[in-house]
Amino acid sequence: MRFVDEYRDAEKARALAAKIAALCEPGRHYKFMEVCGGHTHTIYKHGLEDYLPESISLVHGPGCPVCVIPMGRVDDAIALAEQPDVIMTSFGDMMRVPGGRGSFFDSSAAGTDIRMVYSPLDALKIARQNPDKHVVFMAIGFETTAPSTAMTVLRAQAEGIKNFSIFCNHVTIIPAIKAILDSPDLRLDGFLGPGHVSTVIGCRPYEFIAAAYGKPLVTAGFEPLDILQSVYMLLQQLAEGRCEVENQYSRVVPWDGNTVALRAVAEVMELRPYFEWRGLGFISHSALQVREKYAAYDAERQFTLPGVRVADPKACQCGEVLKGVLKPWECKVFGTACTPETPIGTCMVSSEGACAAYYNFGRFSRQRVQEVSIESSRA
Amino acid sequence: MCLGIPGEVIEILPDQPDLAKVDVSGVKRAINIGLLTDDPPVPGDWVLIHVGFALSKIDEQEAKAAMDFLIGIGQAYEDEIAALLESRIDERQ
Ligand code: SF4
Repeated sequence: MRFVDEYRDAEKARALAAKIAALCEPGRHYKFMEVCGGHTHTIYKHGLEDYLPESISLVHGPGCPVCVIPMGRVDDAIALAEQPDVIMTSFGDMMRVPGGRGSFFDSSAAGTDIRMVYSPLDALKIARQNPDKHVVFMAIGFETTAPSTAMTVLRAQAEGIKNFSIFCNHVTIIPAIKAILDSPDLRLDGFLGPGHVSTVIGCRPYEFIAAAYGKPLVTAGFEPLDILQSVYMLLQQLAEGRCEVENQYSRVVPWDGNTVALRAVAEVMELRPYFEWRGLGFISHSALQVREKYAAYDAERQFTLPGVRVADPKACQCGEVLKGVLKPWECKVFGTACTPETPIGTCMVSSEGACAAYYNFGRFSRQRVQEVSIESSRA
Repeated sequence: MCLGIPGEVIEILPDQPDLAKVDVSGVKRAINIGLLTDDPPVPGDWVLIHVGFALSKIDEQEAKAAMDFLIGIGQAYEDEIAALLESRIDERQ
Protein backbone atom coordinates (compact mmCIF):
# COMPACT_ATOMS: atom_id res chain seq x y z
CA MET A 1 0.00 0.00 0.00
CA ARG A 2 3.02 2.25 -0.25
CA PHE A 3 1.87 4.09 -3.36
CA VAL A 4 -1.45 4.92 -1.82
CA ASP A 5 0.36 6.71 0.96
CA GLU A 6 2.09 8.65 -1.74
CA TYR A 7 -1.27 10.12 -2.79
CA ARG A 8 -2.26 10.69 0.81
CA ASP A 9 0.95 12.14 2.08
CA ALA A 10 0.04 15.00 4.37
CA GLU A 11 3.38 16.69 3.70
CA LYS A 12 2.61 16.80 0.02
CA ALA A 13 -0.86 18.07 0.76
CA ARG A 14 0.55 20.91 2.80
CA ALA A 15 3.10 21.76 0.11
CA LEU A 16 0.34 21.83 -2.46
CA ALA A 17 -1.82 23.92 -0.13
CA ALA A 18 0.99 26.47 0.13
CA LYS A 19 1.23 26.65 -3.67
CA ILE A 20 -2.53 27.05 -3.86
CA ALA A 21 -2.49 29.87 -1.30
CA ALA A 22 0.28 31.63 -3.22
CA LEU A 23 -1.82 31.62 -6.39
CA CYS A 24 -4.88 33.23 -4.79
CA GLU A 25 -5.32 36.86 -5.68
CA PRO A 26 -5.67 38.90 -2.48
CA GLY A 27 -9.24 40.02 -1.89
CA ARG A 28 -10.69 37.63 -4.44
CA HIS A 29 -13.03 34.82 -3.47
CA TYR A 30 -13.08 31.60 -5.45
CA LYS A 31 -15.93 29.12 -5.69
CA PHE A 32 -15.33 25.78 -7.38
CA MET A 33 -17.97 23.11 -7.85
CA GLU A 34 -17.14 19.44 -7.50
CA VAL A 35 -19.72 17.86 -9.78
CA CYS A 36 -19.29 14.30 -8.55
CA GLY A 37 -20.54 12.86 -5.26
CA GLY A 38 -17.38 10.75 -4.96
CA HIS A 39 -15.36 13.97 -4.74
CA THR A 40 -17.71 15.39 -2.12
CA HIS A 41 -17.02 12.29 -0.12
CA THR A 42 -13.23 12.68 -0.29
CA ILE A 43 -13.47 16.38 0.56
CA TYR A 44 -15.52 15.82 3.72
CA LYS A 45 -13.72 12.68 4.78
CA HIS A 46 -10.28 14.26 4.66
CA GLY A 47 -11.39 17.72 5.71
CA LEU A 48 -9.79 19.12 2.55
CA GLU A 49 -11.38 22.53 3.01
CA ASP A 50 -9.15 22.92 6.05
CA TYR A 51 -6.13 22.73 3.76
CA LEU A 52 -7.45 25.46 1.52
CA PRO A 53 -7.25 29.18 2.15
CA GLU A 54 -10.54 30.67 3.33
CA SER A 55 -10.91 32.51 0.06
CA ILE A 56 -11.59 29.19 -1.71
CA SER A 57 -14.82 27.35 -1.21
CA LEU A 58 -15.77 24.05 -2.72
CA VAL A 59 -19.47 23.53 -3.40
CA HIS A 60 -20.98 20.22 -4.39
CA GLY A 61 -22.94 19.60 -7.52
CA PRO A 62 -25.68 17.31 -8.79
CA GLY A 63 -23.45 14.28 -9.45
CA CYS A 64 -25.23 11.71 -7.31
CA PRO A 65 -27.53 9.59 -9.47
CA VAL A 66 -29.72 8.38 -6.62
CA CYS A 67 -30.15 11.92 -5.29
CA VAL A 68 -31.64 13.30 -8.49
CA ILE A 69 -34.43 10.72 -8.99
CA PRO A 70 -37.71 12.57 -8.44
CA MET A 71 -40.45 11.23 -6.15
CA GLY A 72 -42.82 10.57 -9.05
CA ARG A 73 -40.39 8.14 -10.69
CA VAL A 74 -40.05 6.16 -7.45
CA ASP A 75 -43.86 5.95 -7.33
CA ASP A 76 -43.95 4.79 -10.96
CA ALA A 77 -41.41 2.09 -10.18
CA ILE A 78 -43.50 0.94 -7.22
CA ALA A 79 -46.58 0.90 -9.47
CA LEU A 80 -44.60 -1.39 -11.80
CA ALA A 81 -43.69 -3.67 -8.90
CA GLU A 82 -47.38 -3.88 -8.02
CA GLN A 83 -48.38 -5.27 -11.42
CA PRO A 84 -49.25 -8.96 -11.31
CA ASP A 85 -46.34 -11.31 -11.96
CA VAL A 86 -43.73 -8.58 -11.98
CA ILE A 87 -40.38 -8.86 -10.23
CA MET A 88 -38.76 -5.46 -9.78
CA THR A 89 -34.97 -5.35 -9.53
CA SER A 90 -32.85 -2.47 -8.33
CA PHE A 91 -29.41 -1.47 -7.09
CA GLY A 92 -29.25 -1.45 -3.30
CA ASP A 93 -28.76 2.36 -3.27
CA MET A 94 -32.30 2.87 -4.53
CA MET A 95 -34.05 0.83 -1.87
CA ARG A 96 -34.43 3.57 0.74
CA VAL A 97 -35.10 6.47 -1.62
CA PRO A 98 -38.41 7.98 -0.55
CA GLY A 99 -41.18 8.39 -3.10
CA GLY A 100 -44.58 9.94 -2.51
CA ARG A 101 -45.87 6.58 -1.29
CA GLY A 102 -42.82 5.32 0.53
CA SER A 103 -39.69 3.55 -0.65
CA PHE A 104 -38.91 0.23 -2.33
CA PHE A 105 -38.31 -1.22 1.12
CA ASP A 106 -41.79 -0.13 2.23
CA SER A 107 -43.32 -1.54 -0.93
CA SER A 108 -41.59 -4.90 -0.57
CA ALA A 109 -42.64 -5.08 3.09
CA ALA A 110 -46.19 -4.58 1.81
CA GLY A 111 -45.82 -7.67 -0.39
CA THR A 112 -44.31 -6.70 -3.76
CA ASP A 113 -41.34 -8.64 -5.13
CA ILE A 114 -38.49 -6.15 -5.27
CA ARG A 115 -35.00 -7.61 -5.33
CA MET A 116 -31.62 -5.99 -4.94
CA VAL A 117 -29.11 -6.77 -7.66
CA TYR A 118 -25.49 -5.84 -8.16
CA SER A 119 -25.62 -5.70 -11.94
CA PRO A 120 -28.34 -5.41 -14.61
CA LEU A 121 -26.98 -8.76 -15.79
CA ASP A 122 -28.16 -10.25 -12.50
CA ALA A 123 -31.63 -8.89 -13.26
CA LEU A 124 -31.46 -10.59 -16.65
CA LYS A 125 -30.49 -13.81 -14.93
CA ILE A 126 -33.58 -13.56 -12.70
CA ALA A 127 -35.63 -13.20 -15.90
CA ARG A 128 -34.05 -16.38 -17.29
CA GLN A 129 -34.84 -18.23 -14.07
CA ASN A 130 -38.45 -17.01 -13.91
CA PRO A 131 -39.93 -17.45 -17.39
CA ASP A 132 -43.48 -17.06 -16.05
CA LYS A 133 -42.73 -13.64 -14.52
CA HIS A 134 -41.77 -10.32 -16.04
CA VAL A 135 -38.58 -8.84 -14.63
CA VAL A 136 -38.13 -5.06 -14.65
CA PHE A 137 -34.76 -3.48 -13.96
CA MET A 138 -34.81 -0.02 -12.36
CA ALA A 139 -32.08 1.56 -14.46
CA ILE A 140 -30.51 4.59 -12.80
CA GLY A 141 -27.23 6.41 -13.03
CA PHE A 142 -25.21 8.77 -15.16
CA GLU A 143 -23.07 7.79 -18.13
CA THR A 144 -21.13 5.47 -15.83
CA THR A 145 -23.95 2.92 -15.62
CA ALA A 146 -25.96 3.60 -18.81
CA PRO A 147 -23.56 1.51 -20.96
CA SER A 148 -24.09 -1.51 -18.68
CA THR A 149 -27.86 -1.19 -19.02
CA ALA A 150 -27.55 -0.86 -22.80
CA MET A 151 -25.31 -3.93 -23.01
CA THR A 152 -27.81 -5.89 -20.93
CA VAL A 153 -30.67 -4.98 -23.28
CA LEU A 154 -28.54 -6.04 -26.25
CA ARG A 155 -27.78 -9.28 -24.48
CA ALA A 156 -31.47 -9.92 -23.73
CA GLN A 157 -32.24 -9.41 -27.39
CA ALA A 158 -29.41 -11.68 -28.54
CA GLU A 159 -30.66 -14.42 -26.24
CA GLY A 160 -34.28 -13.88 -27.26
CA ILE A 161 -35.38 -13.20 -23.68
CA LYS A 162 -38.92 -11.81 -23.75
CA ASN A 163 -39.79 -11.34 -20.07
CA PHE A 164 -37.31 -8.57 -19.31
CA SER A 165 -37.53 -4.79 -19.54
CA ILE A 166 -35.87 -1.75 -18.07
CA PHE A 167 -37.45 1.26 -16.40
CA CYS A 168 -35.03 3.76 -17.81
CA ASN A 169 -34.03 6.64 -15.52
CA HIS A 170 -30.55 7.28 -16.82
CA VAL A 171 -29.50 10.89 -16.70
CA THR A 172 -26.75 12.76 -18.47
CA ILE A 173 -24.33 15.07 -16.71
CA ILE A 174 -23.76 17.81 -19.28
CA PRO A 175 -27.31 19.31 -19.27
CA ALA A 176 -27.25 19.35 -15.46
CA ILE A 177 -24.00 21.32 -15.47
CA LYS A 178 -25.49 23.63 -18.06
CA ALA A 179 -28.62 24.15 -15.93
CA ILE A 180 -26.40 25.12 -13.00
CA LEU A 181 -24.38 27.50 -15.17
CA ASP A 182 -27.62 29.10 -16.36
CA SER A 183 -29.06 29.39 -12.87
CA PRO A 184 -28.75 32.83 -11.33
CA ASP A 185 -28.25 31.44 -7.79
CA LEU A 186 -24.62 30.62 -8.04
CA ARG A 187 -21.51 32.34 -9.24
CA LEU A 188 -18.84 29.76 -9.91
CA ASP A 189 -15.21 30.18 -10.89
CA GLY A 190 -14.63 26.69 -12.20
CA PHE A 191 -15.40 22.99 -11.96
CA LEU A 192 -13.80 19.81 -10.76
CA GLY A 193 -14.99 17.43 -13.47
CA PRO A 194 -16.39 14.02 -12.50
CA GLY A 195 -13.98 11.09 -12.58
CA HIS A 196 -15.86 7.97 -13.56
CA VAL A 197 -18.47 9.59 -15.80
CA SER A 198 -15.54 10.98 -17.77
CA THR A 199 -14.07 7.51 -18.35
CA VAL A 200 -17.14 7.03 -20.56
CA ILE A 201 -17.77 10.46 -22.10
CA GLY A 202 -14.17 11.67 -22.10
CA CYS A 203 -13.24 15.33 -21.70
CA ARG A 204 -14.43 16.79 -24.99
CA PRO A 205 -18.10 17.28 -23.97
CA TYR A 206 -16.95 19.76 -21.29
CA GLU A 207 -15.33 22.08 -23.80
CA PHE A 208 -18.44 24.27 -24.10
CA ILE A 209 -18.09 25.15 -20.41
CA ALA A 210 -14.77 26.80 -21.15
CA ALA A 211 -15.73 28.10 -24.58
CA ALA A 212 -19.27 29.38 -24.01
CA TYR A 213 -19.29 30.09 -20.27
CA GLY A 214 -15.68 31.05 -19.73
CA LYS A 215 -15.19 28.66 -16.81
CA PRO A 216 -12.24 26.27 -16.49
CA LEU A 217 -12.83 22.59 -15.74
CA VAL A 218 -10.32 20.04 -14.50
CA THR A 219 -11.33 16.36 -14.51
CA ALA A 220 -10.19 15.10 -11.12
CA GLY A 221 -9.28 11.81 -9.46
CA PHE A 222 -10.64 10.71 -6.09
CA GLU A 223 -7.59 10.83 -3.85
CA PRO A 224 -7.18 13.87 -1.58
CA LEU A 225 -4.04 14.91 -3.46
CA ASP A 226 -5.88 14.57 -6.78
CA ILE A 227 -8.43 17.07 -5.60
CA LEU A 228 -5.88 19.54 -4.25
CA GLN A 229 -3.87 19.18 -7.45
CA SER A 230 -7.01 19.89 -9.49
CA VAL A 231 -7.83 22.98 -7.44
CA TYR A 232 -4.27 24.11 -8.07
CA MET A 233 -4.69 23.54 -11.81
CA LEU A 234 -7.91 25.59 -11.81
CA LEU A 235 -6.22 28.47 -9.98
CA GLN A 236 -3.27 28.30 -12.31
CA GLN A 237 -5.58 28.70 -15.30
CA LEU A 238 -7.32 31.67 -13.68
CA ALA A 239 -4.00 33.28 -12.72
CA GLU A 240 -2.69 32.90 -16.27
CA GLY A 241 -5.92 34.11 -17.81
CA ARG A 242 -6.54 30.72 -19.42
CA CYS A 243 -9.85 28.92 -19.53
CA GLU A 244 -9.61 25.31 -20.65
CA VAL A 245 -10.61 21.74 -20.02
CA GLU A 246 -7.73 19.87 -18.41
CA ASN A 247 -7.43 16.28 -17.32
CA GLN A 248 -5.81 15.70 -13.94
CA TYR A 249 -7.10 12.09 -13.89
CA SER A 250 -5.52 11.07 -17.20
CA ARG A 251 -4.26 7.86 -15.61
CA VAL A 252 -7.87 6.63 -15.83
CA VAL A 253 -9.78 9.07 -18.05
CA PRO A 254 -9.01 8.95 -21.78
CA TRP A 255 -9.61 12.26 -23.57
CA ASP A 256 -12.09 10.65 -25.94
CA GLY A 257 -13.80 8.43 -23.38
CA ASN A 258 -14.88 4.84 -24.01
CA THR A 259 -16.21 4.75 -27.57
CA VAL A 260 -17.50 1.17 -27.28
CA ALA A 261 -19.62 2.21 -24.30
CA LEU A 262 -20.88 5.34 -26.04
CA ARG A 263 -21.85 3.31 -29.11
CA ALA A 264 -23.79 0.78 -26.99
CA VAL A 265 -25.74 3.58 -25.29
CA ALA A 266 -26.47 5.31 -28.62
CA GLU A 267 -27.70 2.04 -30.10
CA VAL A 268 -30.25 1.34 -27.36
CA MET A 269 -31.14 4.78 -25.99
CA GLU A 270 -31.89 8.31 -27.12
CA LEU A 271 -32.30 11.64 -25.34
CA ARG A 272 -35.69 12.41 -23.80
CA PRO A 273 -37.16 15.79 -24.66
CA TYR A 274 -37.08 16.60 -20.94
CA PHE A 275 -36.78 14.92 -17.55
CA GLU A 276 -37.49 16.00 -14.01
CA TRP A 277 -34.55 16.07 -11.60
CA ARG A 278 -35.27 16.06 -7.90
CA GLY A 279 -34.78 19.56 -6.59
CA LEU A 280 -33.67 20.93 -9.96
CA GLY A 281 -36.95 20.64 -11.85
CA PHE A 282 -37.34 19.84 -15.54
CA ILE A 283 -34.19 19.97 -17.62
CA SER A 284 -34.44 19.48 -21.36
CA HIS A 285 -32.51 16.69 -23.08
CA SER A 286 -31.08 15.61 -19.74
CA ALA A 287 -32.03 11.94 -19.62
CA LEU A 288 -32.20 8.82 -21.75
CA GLN A 289 -35.11 6.71 -22.91
CA VAL A 290 -35.22 3.41 -24.77
CA ARG A 291 -35.35 3.74 -28.55
CA GLU A 292 -38.50 2.61 -30.37
CA LYS A 293 -36.46 -0.20 -31.91
CA TYR A 294 -36.06 -1.76 -28.46
CA ALA A 295 -39.64 -1.06 -27.31
CA ALA A 296 -40.02 -4.70 -26.20
CA TYR A 297 -37.46 -3.98 -23.47
CA ASP A 298 -38.96 -0.67 -22.37
CA ALA A 299 -41.12 -0.94 -19.22
CA GLU A 300 -42.62 2.47 -20.00
CA ARG A 301 -44.01 1.11 -23.25
CA GLN A 302 -44.91 -2.33 -21.88
CA PHE A 303 -46.91 -1.05 -18.90
CA THR A 304 -49.13 1.91 -18.16
CA LEU A 305 -47.57 4.09 -15.48
CA PRO A 306 -49.25 6.71 -13.30
CA GLY A 307 -46.58 9.25 -14.34
CA VAL A 308 -47.75 11.67 -11.69
CA ARG A 309 -45.46 14.46 -10.64
CA VAL A 310 -45.02 14.54 -6.87
CA ALA A 311 -43.75 17.68 -5.18
CA ASP A 312 -40.79 17.26 -2.83
CA PRO A 313 -41.60 17.43 0.91
CA LYS A 314 -41.74 21.02 2.14
CA ALA A 315 -38.93 20.53 4.63
CA CYS A 316 -36.61 19.13 1.99
CA GLN A 317 -33.90 21.40 0.66
CA CYS A 318 -32.14 18.84 -1.52
CA GLY A 319 -32.51 21.07 -4.57
CA GLU A 320 -30.43 23.78 -2.94
CA VAL A 321 -27.91 21.19 -1.78
CA LEU A 322 -27.69 19.62 -5.26
CA LYS A 323 -27.06 23.03 -6.78
CA GLY A 324 -24.41 23.81 -4.19
CA VAL A 325 -26.39 26.79 -2.89
CA LEU A 326 -26.76 25.30 0.59
CA LYS A 327 -24.31 23.22 2.57
CA PRO A 328 -25.94 20.07 4.00
CA TRP A 329 -25.95 21.30 7.59
CA GLU A 330 -27.79 24.44 6.54
CA CYS A 331 -30.89 22.38 5.75
CA LYS A 332 -33.33 22.74 8.62
CA VAL A 333 -33.97 19.01 9.01
CA PHE A 334 -30.34 17.88 8.59
CA GLY A 335 -29.35 15.36 11.26
CA THR A 336 -32.62 15.81 13.15
CA ALA A 337 -35.65 14.71 11.13
CA CYS A 338 -33.44 13.66 8.21
CA THR A 339 -30.77 11.03 8.88
CA PRO A 340 -29.41 8.12 6.81
CA GLU A 341 -31.80 5.80 8.71
CA THR A 342 -34.86 7.98 8.12
CA PRO A 343 -34.08 10.08 5.07
CA ILE A 344 -36.50 12.82 4.06
CA GLY A 345 -34.48 13.80 1.04
CA THR A 346 -32.37 11.74 -1.35
CA CYS A 347 -29.03 13.39 -0.57
CA MET A 348 -29.11 11.54 2.75
CA VAL A 349 -29.64 8.11 1.16
CA SER A 350 -26.71 7.36 -1.10
CA SER A 351 -23.15 7.35 0.18
CA GLU A 352 -22.46 9.74 -2.68
CA GLY A 353 -25.07 12.19 -1.49
CA ALA A 354 -23.64 15.34 0.06
CA CYS A 355 -25.83 15.11 3.17
CA ALA A 356 -24.89 11.49 3.87
CA ALA A 357 -21.19 12.19 3.27
CA TYR A 358 -21.35 15.16 5.58
CA TYR A 359 -23.38 13.30 8.17
CA ASN A 360 -20.80 10.52 8.25
CA PHE A 361 -17.58 12.48 8.01
CA GLY A 362 -18.02 16.19 8.09
CA ARG A 363 -18.61 16.89 11.72
CA PHE A 364 -15.08 17.90 12.56
CA SER A 365 -14.77 20.53 9.93
CA ARG A 366 -18.30 21.70 10.63
CA GLN A 367 -17.05 23.36 13.78
CA ARG A 368 -14.55 25.37 11.81
CA VAL A 369 -16.94 26.27 9.06
CA GLN A 370 -19.46 27.52 11.58
CA GLU A 371 -16.83 29.61 13.31
CA VAL A 372 -15.78 31.06 10.00
CA SER A 373 -19.31 31.93 9.01
CA ILE A 374 -19.97 33.52 12.40
CA GLU A 375 -16.80 35.57 12.01
CA SER A 376 -17.68 36.64 8.52
CA SER A 377 -21.21 37.61 9.54
CA ARG A 378 -19.73 39.74 12.33
CA ALA A 379 -17.28 41.39 9.98
CA MET B 1 -23.42 1.74 -7.43
CA CYS B 2 -21.43 4.57 -8.91
CA LEU B 3 -18.32 3.38 -7.12
CA GLY B 4 -15.78 1.67 -9.31
CA ILE B 5 -14.32 -1.50 -7.82
CA PRO B 6 -10.81 -2.45 -8.94
CA GLY B 7 -10.25 -6.10 -9.85
CA GLU B 8 -7.43 -8.15 -11.35
CA VAL B 9 -8.30 -10.23 -14.38
CA ILE B 10 -7.52 -13.89 -13.73
CA GLU B 11 -8.88 -15.55 -16.84
CA ILE B 12 -11.15 -14.96 -19.79
CA LEU B 13 -13.93 -17.56 -19.66
CA PRO B 14 -13.28 -19.90 -22.59
CA ASP B 15 -16.93 -20.62 -23.39
CA GLN B 16 -18.08 -17.02 -22.81
CA PRO B 17 -15.37 -14.70 -24.16
CA ASP B 18 -17.21 -11.54 -23.12
CA LEU B 19 -16.85 -12.63 -19.50
CA ALA B 20 -13.71 -12.60 -17.38
CA LYS B 21 -13.01 -13.96 -13.95
CA VAL B 22 -11.57 -11.24 -11.71
CA ASP B 23 -10.13 -11.16 -8.24
CA VAL B 24 -11.46 -8.35 -6.04
CA SER B 25 -9.50 -8.43 -2.78
CA GLY B 26 -9.62 -12.20 -2.66
CA VAL B 27 -13.18 -12.59 -3.94
CA LYS B 28 -13.39 -14.19 -7.38
CA ARG B 29 -16.32 -13.29 -9.59
CA ALA B 30 -17.22 -13.16 -13.25
CA ILE B 31 -17.65 -9.74 -14.85
CA ASN B 32 -18.50 -8.62 -18.36
CA ILE B 33 -15.66 -7.17 -20.44
CA GLY B 34 -17.76 -6.30 -23.49
CA LEU B 35 -17.16 -2.55 -23.02
CA LEU B 36 -13.42 -3.01 -23.49
CA THR B 37 -13.45 -4.64 -26.92
CA ASP B 38 -11.26 -1.83 -28.33
CA ASP B 39 -8.47 -2.90 -25.99
CA PRO B 40 -9.41 -6.25 -24.43
CA PRO B 41 -7.88 -7.02 -21.04
CA VAL B 42 -5.72 -10.10 -20.53
CA PRO B 43 -4.97 -12.02 -17.34
CA GLY B 44 -2.86 -9.86 -15.05
CA ASP B 45 -4.51 -6.61 -16.15
CA TRP B 46 -6.42 -4.48 -13.66
CA VAL B 47 -9.84 -3.10 -14.48
CA LEU B 48 -12.30 -0.75 -12.82
CA ILE B 49 -15.65 -2.53 -12.45
CA HIS B 50 -19.01 -0.78 -12.43
CA VAL B 51 -22.19 -2.81 -11.83
CA GLY B 52 -20.68 -5.99 -13.25
CA PHE B 53 -18.95 -4.44 -16.26
CA ALA B 54 -15.29 -3.50 -16.66
CA LEU B 55 -15.36 0.14 -17.72
CA SER B 56 -11.67 0.93 -17.98
CA LYS B 57 -8.25 -0.60 -17.65
CA ILE B 58 -6.10 0.81 -14.89
CA ASP B 59 -2.63 0.15 -13.59
CA GLU B 60 -1.88 -1.61 -10.36
CA GLN B 61 -1.04 1.58 -8.54
CA GLU B 62 -4.39 3.12 -9.48
CA ALA B 63 -6.10 -0.12 -8.45
CA LYS B 64 -4.61 0.19 -4.97
CA ALA B 65 -5.63 3.84 -4.76
CA ALA B 66 -9.17 3.02 -5.86
CA MET B 67 -9.41 0.20 -3.33
CA ASP B 68 -8.15 2.48 -0.60
CA PHE B 69 -10.77 5.07 -1.50
CA LEU B 70 -13.47 2.39 -1.33
CA ILE B 71 -12.37 0.99 1.99
CA GLY B 72 -12.34 4.54 3.35
CA ILE B 73 -15.98 4.89 2.40
CA GLY B 74 -16.88 2.19 4.92
CA GLN B 75 -20.40 0.83 4.86
CA ALA B 76 -21.02 1.60 1.19
CA TYR B 77 -17.91 -0.37 0.30
CA GLU B 78 -19.05 -3.33 2.35
CA ASP B 79 -22.48 -3.17 0.71
CA GLU B 80 -20.89 -3.03 -2.72
CA ILE B 81 -18.62 -6.02 -2.07
CA ALA B 82 -21.53 -7.94 -0.52
CA ALA B 83 -23.60 -7.19 -3.64
CA LEU B 84 -20.75 -8.32 -5.87
CA LEU B 85 -20.57 -11.56 -3.86
CA GLU B 86 -24.23 -12.21 -4.63
CA SER B 87 -23.66 -11.60 -8.32
CA ARG B 88 -23.47 -14.71 -10.54
CA ILE B 89 -23.63 -13.40 -14.06
CA ASP B 90 -21.62 -16.29 -15.51
CA GLU B 91 -24.29 -18.86 -14.72
CA ARG B 92 -26.60 -19.36 -17.63
CA GLN B 93 -29.47 -20.57 -15.48
S1 SF4 C 1 -30.83 17.08 5.15
FE1 SF4 C 1 -32.26 15.70 4.12
S2 SF4 C 1 -33.90 16.98 3.37
FE2 SF4 C 1 -32.21 18.35 3.90
S3 SF4 C 1 -31.12 18.60 1.96
FE3 SF4 C 1 -30.15 16.88 3.03
S4 SF4 C 1 -31.21 15.05 2.26
FE4 SF4 C 1 -32.45 16.85 1.68
